[in-house]
Amino acid sequence: MLDADFFRRWMTAAAVSVEHEAERLTALDSPIGDADHGSNLRRGFTAVVAALEKEAPDTPGAVLVLAGRQLISTVGGASGPLYGTLLRRTGKALGDAAEVSEAEFTAALRTGVDAVMTLGGAAPGDKTMIDALVPAVEALGESFEVARAAAEEGALATTPLQARKGRASYLGERSIGHQDPGATSAALLIAALAATADAPDTTGTAETHGTTGTMGTTGTTGDADV
Amino acid sequence: MSEEKLVGIVLVSHSAAVAASVAALAKSLTGGGADVAVAPAGGTEDGGLGTSAELVSAAAASVDRGAGVAVLADLGSAVLTVKALLAEGDELPAGTRLVDAPFVEGAVAAVVTASTGADLAAVEAAATEAYSYRKA
Repeated sequence: MLDADFFRRWMTAAAVSVEHEAERLTALDSPIGDADHGSNLRRGFTAVVAALEKEAPDTPGAVLVLAGRQLISTVGGASGPLYGTLLRRTGKALGDAAEVSEAEFTAALRTGVDAVMTLGGAAPGDKTMIDALVPAVEALGESFEVARAAAEEGALATTPLQARKGRASYLGERSIGHQDPGATSAALLIAALAATADAPDTTGTAETHGTTGTMGTTGTTGDADV
Repeated sequence: MSEEKLVGIVLVSHSAAVAASVAALAKSLTGGGADVAVAPAGGTEDGGLGTSAELVSAAAASVDRGAGVAVLADLGSAVLTVKALLAEGDELPAGTRLVDAPFVEGAVAAVVTASTGADLAAVEAAATEAYSYRKA
């Protein structure tokens, strides 16, 4: 079962990953976008971590809704409302359960991905974050690790595609040959998820998290370096 | 028509200069009509290019007179941000609507129509109709 702490650690891991990869994301966004994907997401996830430390929501759904809200309000580019919608809709689909099963999470994430497709009007093959998210959700039923690989593969597979959404679509054939930055950051998000599932305690302490339930460990999940 | 309750207009652009200029242009074309509340929400909060959800929310609140708010947006993230805020439910005043219209022409049509005391549906219709005016 996955509790609020798991989702807080996922968001923290995503923030760390975005921080590490911000320059690469921005570099990918230079030839076909407006060269701000890394800096935009970094700003957004920094705000997510700060908000989660401040408010410490105690259900998985509330963690994701709050994170999504932060991304919508702080990113400044299209990835803000898109990732924000992904997390908010996923969180809302989880409801107010204190813990959710992996199957419940998978179903909720599918709801979130569907919402992103509706908001952005994108489908698989359009060279967007959807090309990483859809295979990830499909594979999530198997395992987090398979989902991570599927997302990565999906991101790599955007390279030969011609963009059909967003600014890159105006470039026509010139968008071919570049890996999509949105699909790349989506793969990072899924990789952070897999890493979180793989390392139940990334706070650097050996303490056990609350066995069940949601109280106790809220607020100060250690001094994780974010 | 109530004199007070005019539809408010919010113009969301990636650029603060574009949003402010289009707002000024539209307002200057209302002639002797009522003074429509038009608020630009351009660029990011730190003055860069992009969309700020905070600026959009603040702009919508500032023009809300109780008759609804018509929001026009220019490029991708401006549109997506407004849609995401509308989906949030409580981030924009009740009766706020994203209007599907060309940015400049739609803004002029919306502001002029609002200045006549028209309701939100009429303002939206006028702005959307701007699409049908072919230039060539």
